[in-house]
Amino acid sequence: MTKEEIYAQLDEVFQDVFDDEEIHVNAETTANDIEDWDSLEHINLVVAIEAKFGIKFNMNEVVSFKNVGEMVDVILQRV
Amino acid sequence: MKEFEYPFDAEYLLSKKKRLKRELLAASEQFLEIKAAILGGSTTSDIKQLLELFLLHHGIKPTFFESEYNRFYEDAVFGNPELDELGPDLVFIHTSWRNIRRFPELTDSPEAVQEKLESEYQRFVSVWEALAEKYHCTIIQNNFDYPFYRLLGSKDAADIHGRVNFLTRLNLKFAEYAESHSAFLIHDLNYLSAQYGLDRWHDESAWYLYKYALAVQAIPCLANSVANIIKAVYGKNKKAFALDLDNTLWGGIVGDDGVENLSIGQETARSEAFTAFQSYLKEQQQLGILLNIDSKNEMCSALAGLGHPEGVLKQEDFIVIKANWLPKSQNLAEIAAALNIGVDSIVFVDDNPAEREIIRQSFPNVSVPDIGDEPEKFIRILDRSGYFECVGISTEDLNKQKLYQQNAKRADLLQSFTDYDEYLRSLHMTARIEGFIPLYMQRIAQLTNKSNQFNLTTKRYTQAEIEAAANDPNCVTLYGKLADKFGDNGVVSVVIGRRRGEALHLELWIMSCRVLKRDMEFAMMDALAAKCRAMGVKTVYGYYYPTAKNGMVRDFYQLQGFTKLSEDTEGNTVWQLDLEGYQNKNRFISVED
Repeated sequence: MTKEEIYAQLDEVFQDVFDDEEIHVNAETTANDIEDWDSLEHINLVVAIEAKFGIKFNMNEVVSFKNVGEMVDVILQRV
Repeated sequence: MKEFEYPFDAEYLLSKKKRLKRELLAASEQFLEIKAAILGGSTTSDIKQLLELFLLHHGIKPTFFESEYNRFYEDAVFGNPELDELGPDLVFIHTSWRNIRRFPELTDSPEAVQEKLESEYQRFVSVWEALAEKYHCTIIQNNFDYPFYRLLGSKDAADIHGRVNFLTRLNLKFAEYAESHSAFLIHDLNYLSAQYGLDRWHDESAWYLYKYALAVQAIPCLANSVANIIKAVYGKNKKAFALDLDNTLWGGIVGDDGVENLSIGQETARSEAFTAFQSYLKEQQQLGILLNIDSKNEMCSALAGLGHPEGVLKQEDFIVIKANWLPKSQNLAEIAAALNIGVDSIVFVDDNPAEREIIRQSFPNVSVPDIGDEPEKFIRILDRSGYFECVGISTEDLNKQKLYQQNAKRADLLQSFTDYDEYLRSLHMTARIEGFIPLYMQRIAQLTNKSNQFNLTTKRYTQAEIEAAANDPNCVTLYGKLADKFGDNGVVSVVIGRRRGEALHLELWIMSCRVLKRDMEFAMMDALAAKCRAMGVKTVYGYYYPTAKNGMVRDFYQLQGFTKLSEDTEGNTVWQLDLEGYQNKNRFISVED
């Protein structure tokens, strides 16, 4: 899977979780860029991403992601 | 919505919950609105959101109070102004093994372990008692799931110092409390977590990261399970089965293969599976679920199949048997009409996917589980669907089969009379009509939630509210129980009025459609008039609020001699009756004192 494909799929996940079809993410996207992205939605996001790519993040990764780019790096290693 | 039926896709529901909520809200206009509180011993955010979805799926629209993280005890015992403001009809207490404060230590004496057990139990009792006293609400309490590790291995279950042992005993104490408190219901987290699989149920990272006491992926399963109890509390359980015969109740086609070649009995694995399924349906029937047949067959073949000596279910176990070559949807509508229930109260069971699809298309409200065509799986699919979640077994439920059979005899008798009054006289009806008594509180609450057609205000009551009305000196309560020569119909009518000065305002008037056109409504009115006079009430006000289902009682108060005072644009009407000169109207029922 290429980075572009991962970003395309991530867009779908973000759009579902935040119920907003306008959302498009890139490597620099952080929780500050998306209004409803708080700590409780973060877990939904993590679970939805795990389900979408059939992977598991470990606890340390979940708390240390600084932006979407870091998530994508981990996804790339696992898929 | 199909997405919420077993086996649902938990991850799909979690990721699309916002869109699903919009769609559920748009799909219906008539929701039953309830006020519910979730008091948590761990994070409840997604539990609340998923519970809301499953409730909307059942036609229930909740307004929630959600306690702050792990404030279940404080909010209940010390109070919370926001909770007071909501005034919940129902409280769900979401606690888990994580909320045990003091587990036994290995060095504890038996007395010390017992003391810990008692103190954990009493802490919960004080929560329940505080809530019941303040809100007279229904309480749904989780029992305990087992922890994800066992210090003593298997001995954890057998030694009083083991956590598994401790939690098992605590669960039994919760169950005992439930037995003596009817508005207190256990949500069996222990079974649910086992069913889900403890290894998947527990997700330590979800606990350390977010303080969720279960895996996030398990939340839809939890929400579904709790929503099943809530919908049962509000009378939204299913009431009847419409069952196919060939390859559903037995293996083979009775018309082609002949009775002697059907798979039923103990001869083969397949026939055992069909026998087990018939036994399961027999058990449901004993709980008051009505069994009916909707089969493409000659009637004689169907009856021959039901006469199979190894079959558990016999012809007399069914209320309506439709075995013909008409579309099954037409038969289904006729079954609903004959039972006097809505099609939305029926579960349609058929191994043929094409038949299931046709029913789904014709009646989106009928429950049509995808039972597949493997009989060994039928029971589990129906069980997990939670159609008949039991929140209290009333004697009415246990006798329901008999009641419907008596009704069939009444219908036969009616055929033999040309004069309806003569028929009513021949029934030798007797009634008992009086204020609510403890014996019937459960049945009365059940009736207020089940009655849709003969229901003037469609106001729903929990058992706790029924008990409160019975004890309120400003409330007039009446229940009516009707018997005749064929048998006892049990409690069939309920009236609740609120007194203000010399006026009584009727908040509720319902009657079971089982006893339509038997004059019972007049016997109730006579009793109400007498009770009002005795307490100095001079005028009675009646209210009719139209719904999609209660058109039959639009003119009810007019028939009772009331005068219409007003009608608004939505068809809501207000009626008045001056009790001076009231004359009794019941002619056929002898009322006991």
